[in-house]
Amino acid sequence: MIPQIETKNVSKDYDSVHALDQVSVSALAGQITSIVGVNGAGKTTLLKILAGLDTPGSGRVFVLGREVHADHLRNHCTMVFQRSVMFGGTVYDNVAYGLRINGVPGREIPSKVKSALEFVNLDGFEKRKARKLSSGEQQRVAIARALALERDVLLVDEPTANLDPANAMIIERALKELSRSKSVLLSTHNLPQARRLSDHIIHLYRGRVVEEGEPSHFFTNPSDDRTKLFIDGELQF
Amino acid sequence: MIRAINLILTRNPEVFGITALSLSVSGSATLLSCVWSIPFSLGLALRNFRGKRIAKGLFNALIGIPTVALGLFLYLVLSRTGPLGYFQLLYTPWGIMIGQSMLVTPIVVSFSTSALESVDPELRSLARTLGASDFQTYLIVVEEAFWGVVLAIIAAFNRAFAELGIAMMLGGNIRNMTRVLTTAIALETSRGDIALSIALTLILLGITMSLSIGINLARKSVP
Amino acid sequence: MLANVVAPRQAIPTVQASLLLLVAIGAAGLGVYAYYLLPAVPPKARLIVSTTTSLYETGLLDELKSKFELRYSNLNVSFISQGTGLAMQTAMRGDADMILVHDPAREHAFLNGGYGVNRKIVAYNFFAIVGPSEDPAGVSGESPSDALKQIRSAGLEGRAVWVSRGDDSGTHAKEKSLWKAAGFDVAQLRTEAWYLEAGSGMTATLKMADQKRGYTLTDIGTYLLNLENHNIDLVKLVESGKSMLNVYSVIACNPKNQNMTKTNFEGSMQLIRYLVSSEGQHLFATFGVSKYDQPLFKPYIELIESRIDPELIGWIRDLAFIEGSECPEQFRYQAEGLYLAQGSVGVSLASRPACFEEKTCSWTQ
Repeated sequence: MIPQIETKNVSKDYDSVHALDQVSVSALAGQITSIVGVNGAGKTTLLKILAGLDTPGSGRVFVLGREVHADHLRNHCTMVFQRSVMFGGTVYDNVAYGLRINGVPGREIPSKVKSALEFVNLDGFEKRKARKLSSGEQQRVAIARALALERDVLLVDEPTANLDPANAMIIERALKELSRSKSVLLSTHNLPQARRLSDHIIHLYRGRVVEEGEPSHFFTNPSDDRTKLFIDGELQF
Repeated sequence: MIRAINLILTRNPEVFGITALSLSVSGSATLLSCVWSIPFSLGLALRNFRGKRIAKGLFNALIGIPTVALGLFLYLVLSRTGPLGYFQLLYTPWGIMIGQSMLVTPIVVSFSTSALESVDPELRSLARTLGASDFQTYLIVVEEAFWGVVLAIIAAFNRAFAELGIAMMLGGNIRNMTRVLTTAIALETSRGDIALSIALTLILLGITMSLSIGINLARKSVP
Repeated sequence: MLANVVAPRQAIPTVQASLLLLVAIGAAGLGVYAYYLLPAVPPKARLIVSTTTSLYETGLLDELKSKFELRYSNLNVSFISQGTGLAMQTAMRGDADMILVHDPAREHAFLNGGYGVNRKIVAYNFFAIVGPSEDPAGVSGESPSDALKQIRSAGLEGRAVWVSRGDDSGTHAKEKSLWKAAGFDVAQLRTEAWYLEAGSGMTATLKMADQKRGYTLTDIGTYLLNLENHNIDLVKLVESGKSMLNVYSVIACNPKNQNMTKTNFEGSMQLIRYLVSSEGQHLFATFGVSKYDQPLFKPYIELIESRIDPELIGWIRDLAFIEGSECPEQFRYQAEGLYLAQGSVGVSLASRPACFEEKTCSWTQ
């Protein structure tokens, strides 16, 4: 099966530091792919390159087998950031923005917004001021925003890092549901979460892929020593 | 003092005309300046280039340029024997307008750049990941910094409205043509018609203050 | 569609709204401008006259403008009031079409430099030395030279001050020549504590003299104006004599001069002819009479026509003529009928031009 999205030998340097070094990953549609690693391993950088928000120093990105340049990746992917950023208007405005600028006909927008909000249990929040919501609610709005666009690839950077368990659960459920029709890539250092959600896990260490595989194999019998250390919580950058 | 108020209340047509001229000259000067200043501020705020800090420092410094210095410079440029003499802009309201638009450019640029820079940079990334083009991301930034930019424009207008050096040097204080509030105040004071000077001063202050207060009220009332 | 590029807020897209607002302000501004000003600005031709502050402040020029424009409705006259020195510079740059000043020495230089043509003397009045009624230097009724000497002595003793225009104007030039005639060098006087320089127009200088209870030289027009407005209460102490004569002339910018090719020579000539016509002269004769019980200016043409005061005519000749005439021939240009035969001041039967019989002379209409 052709990967929905993949990278081949992507490298990125920041100030002579190798943020990413010859990274080749792929994600299939209908799956959740987790990228795990310690802080600073390069997870966010990789997600941004996949989202088209950053360009690789070298290497290529492919969508369904065809090479796609950074500027056009925007049309295939959307990203939810670690710290949710809200536009200044209402929840409705936030979710509708993407639809509007992508040329969705005006009369279709209200229904799409409604269903996106329902998906994250925010039905009825349309008129609330987005910036006045709690961080959990804001993160859910961010997810609603992304899924309203109906892109094939959803990239999520540490989706539940700052959330309480109730919010975290809602989001995880949403991601699980979404992955049925999309390819979801998420980064996390929450191991239980990775175990719960992933169909495929990739361990990133100092910009390199050191291990990848299915959760069952990954957690019980990792081949790389660093992965073992990571799982035991003893790996440092 | 009473006579001064009376002049305003009875809508003395000359006072009215002077005020109208002041408003239109300074207003159009500010607008003209915005045409180049705001795009320039966007570039200054959102792009990185060599000499960026120098450019910002330069505009900050130019905010306080003495109006007579700029007026003198422009006088020589707009004179019939100067490089732009062909247009014969000296002693016309257009001349004043051009001069004032240059005067307020540093104000618009400096204040706007500040406002635009203070916008969360992640907003642009967010917009982009939702499908926005570069131009659309700029709109987002301007939208966020909206009140900051409005304040910059109001500050610029007030500066143009209340300045004397350029209007005097480039306009010549010609009655019914280039006599604006500030030059009229200077003239009437030097002639000794204090009541008229006070009336004009009250109008000048009244307009600048109500603008500032009005904008601040509007800003607070927007949720 | 515009909706696709609009920013998040939905109720009133703010960026759109502000753009509309800017456009509205711009339109309003232009509308206001058009309403108030376009009637006055085009399609008339402009005539820019550089002139002195002393003429400007009396209000004579406003009246001159309205009367002149009634006659010549195609012209829009603008008077730019500056000190004489600056007025001449503005004209030399071609930014004015003509000058109306009162400094014969510099007018001569102006003509000589090729900047001006067709000089005409139009009016005159007298300067006066004014000062506090208590007159600490005791100069009342003295001759100008004696008065200045006494003022200086009193000044050095700390009993009096003198306020000079100090602004390179015609009045300032006159003041300097008076000091020179009294035997002093102004450059030296400026260093002395009692000699103050206002660096301002006549009204401001008078007010300063008033505040400091000092003496100053002023033209009669501005003095009466400010006395009437109760801005000052100085009194006239020295007001007659040849050296106090103040002569106003007009000079058109020379269209052959390379800086001045864009000047409105035709308009200048129209104004010059108007000023020496009976209507223009009448304006000088009557301005200020109703308000101050005396005219602020005296018409020159009437003076030489009536020949009532040959002595005065002689004074004017000595003071303000250039090479024996108000405008030597080499500085005349397209000036038919404007000048009498070279050198003559009065109208003698023998030298009457043909237009006189036909009553088409500009100065007899």
